[in-house]
Amino acid sequence: MTTNGTDKLLLDVQDLRTHFFTQSGVVKAVDGVNWQLAEGETLALVGESGSGKSVSALTVMRLIPSPPGKIVSGKILFQGHDILQMSQKEIRAIRGNKIAMVFQEPMTSLNPVLTIRRQLTETLELHLKMNKKAAKDRAVELLLMVGIPDAARRVDDYPHQFSGGMRQRVMIAIALACDPKLIIADEPTTALDVTIQAQVLEVIKDLSERFNTAIMIITHNLGIVARFAHRVNVMYAGHIIETASAKDTYGNPAHPYTLGLLQSVPRLDEPRKSRLVPIEGSPPDLTNLPKGCPFRPRCTFAIDRCAEENPPLMLVGEKHWAACWVDVKTRRPRP
Amino acid sequence: MTTQAPPRPAATARDSGKTKLGETMLDVRNLKMYFPVHQGIVIQKKVADVKAVDGISFYIKKGETLGLVGESGCGKTTTGRAVLQLHRPTAGEVLFEGTDLTKLNSKQMRTLRRQMQIIFQDPYGSLNPRMTAGGIIGEPLVIHGLAASKKDRLDRVAELLTTVGLAPYMRDRYPHEFSGGQRQRIGIARALAVDPGFIVCDEPVSALDVSIQAQVINLLESLQEKFQLTYLFIAHDLAVVRHISDRICVMYLGKTMELASREEIYENPLHPYTKALLSAVPIPDPIADAKRERIILTGDVPSPLRPPVGCVFHTRCPIAIDTCKQVIPEWREASPGHFVACHRV
Ligand SMILES: Nc1ncnc2c1ncn2[C@@H]1O[C@H](COP(=O)(O)OP(=O)(O)OP(=O)(O)O)[C@@H](O)[C@H]1O
Ligand SMILES: Nc1ncnc2c1ncn2[C@@H]1O[C@H](COP(=O)(O)OP(=O)(O)OP(=O)(O)O)[C@@H](O)[C@H]1O
Ligand SMILES: [Mg+2]
Ligand SMILES: [Mg+2]
Repeated sequence: MTTNGTDKLLLDVQDLRTHFFTQSGVVKAVDGVNWQLAEGETLALVGESGSGKSVSALTVMRLIPSPPGKIVSGKILFQGHDILQMSQKEIRAIRGNKIAMVFQEPMTSLNPVLTIRRQLTETLELHLKMNKKAAKDRAVELLLMVGIPDAARRVDDYPHQFSGGMRQRVMIAIALACDPKLIIADEPTTALDVTIQAQVLEVIKDLSERFNTAIMIITHNLGIVARFAHRVNVMYAGHIIETASAKDTYGNPAHPYTLGLLQSVPRLDEPRKSRLVPIEGSPPDLTNLPKGCPFRPRCTFAIDRCAEENPPLMLVGEKHWAACWVDVKTRRPRP
Repeated sequence: MTTQAPPRPAATARDSGKTKLGETMLDVRNLKMYFPVHQGIVIQKKVADVKAVDGISFYIKKGETLGLVGESGCGKTTTGRAVLQLHRPTAGEVLFEGTDLTKLNSKQMRTLRRQMQIIFQDPYGSLNPRMTAGGIIGEPLVIHGLAASKKDRLDRVAELLTTVGLAPYMRDRYPHEFSGGQRQRIGIARALAVDPGFIVCDEPVSALDVSIQAQVINLLESLQEKFQLTYLFIAHDLAVVRHISDRICVMYLGKTMELASREEIYENPLHPYTKALLSAVPIPDPIADAKRERIILTGDVPSPLRPPVGCVFHTRCPIAIDTCKQVIPEWREASPGHFVACHRV
């Protein structure tokens, strides 16, 4: 997929650090990241489990539990205004309205004692000031839009009566309710099977194109990223280690971790392998990162310099940056 | 390395199993699981049934992996839970090593439970937030009396943590201090703790980062080879299912549509639903993906409260004929070991 037409900056994240002060030490979940998102653009955030993807999303929404969490430094400019400087009242007006979020775990984000209808109408009445009747009708419409069968009848069910996938579609319906400028979707289709996944993502993409809504999608499904994202940020241990267009990320990966990720997924268009090729080793302990590059202990490309200095993002192609001292194509140190 | 299975004491629950490798371990016959739907505020009246699972049959041989795939809400989780008697089935038989589990009382079931474990779909709801990772993984060892001493238990917990790609020092952390993927690994370690012979894996890798997914799949495979584990593997990632399964069963709206060996399902799918599922898988390569032919299913998934008459798939089927709207297709063996329910095949 190519980049979208408009280049108007919607979100500008600068030197952001979110740390957790726990008994076992300081967890530097997000540690100095910079990224931008244009209006209408779809940005995918992929990366190691525990690398700070969800924390990045929660930070933008100002939903970091404190204590133990703290946004230690940085700016998050949303339409030019720094979210980190806003009052609770200002942030509440944006949350669920201009910026909507679809969480990773649908069961804990839906209120178990409210009907599906109530969860939808609450948002509509609060943010769009709809009257009760209009909100009720709109709730059924939204459920139909995300493909809930028999919506008019099932709208009065409680969350536990829905399957995992159906609950996730309800979350997406709630996110879409207010025509937001930005949807942050954290593993939005993890619990869905492919035909519905394809449908739901088509719905999100269609709305994104129609209303010029920007999407920040967190997923570990590299197929989804390939099909839907304009740009990709790859995270590891609280850092962005590669950022490029979707085409370059797949066709021309420049970080050993990105390369490893692409090699470790089984692909339907290729013959079945007897064993998958994982990235060996464990995810890093964020309270006790090694000196130098955090990926070095698992890296097959590492050179001496990697143990000493953590590489910064370096320009490796057009709008393509990677944080690695080694050129993965030649296995030689970068000049 | 994390992909290697840890050593185990010689005598485990599995060794007492009656079934030999390659023999049928689990035989599910005409399984039905209906949930009553109630209405009324003061007096609750049953008004209908959600037919979550509606008469399905399959078997799993010892040491093999049966993959279960299908639309969200089609009854995969319910099938897994009904097999383990976590839901008591409405009808049908579940023969585990020859014993019909549906006939057992809860006490008899408890003793058998050690041989049958489940890895849950939702890594958030399934872990007790007030217990440490070590406590969670060690709990089944205590319940089933599998650790001789506290030291034994702590050693085993450390070993299990390493097995699933976590580190022993994480033992004293609470679930909320782990990321989603890390929590799922705790669930896997907990299931492995009692050395079960049969494991229902309900979307076990869906929440994991891809690099770890490959490790966990390799781990599940090597544990299977080493201990002759038998898996019912529920997943929606068809590429993962193809990789791990020996045979694959495709479900739709509480019924089975097709069941065959891995090669047959992917190289010679017979059912139009199976074909649509396969074509919807995005390929992790924007150029290769754009070239693939896609069958996008139209229409909504019907409600299991009022499933369509005739073939349940006919409302979304691209090749349905009038017969499909009236007659339920028979579950038949189209070629040896290849089962399908479709009038058009
Ligand atoms: N409330 C918290 N207290 C302490 N540590 C936390 C807390 N929330 C997150 N962390 C830590 O912050 C790091 C980043 O977590 P995050 O949830 O962002 O990971 P992620 O990239 O979303 O991973 P996954 O793919 O597994 O969801 C992890 O190491 C996690 O243990
Ligand atoms: N306890 C329950 N009470 C009433 N209905 C239920 C219950 N549990 C499940 N159902 C219904 O049974 C059907 C099958 O649900 P199930 O969770 O088995 O689906 P699934 O195939 O696992 O879906 P997913 O891929 O979304 O996890 C759904 O229509 C669901 O709403
Ligand atoms: Mg996360
Ligand atoms: Mg399920």
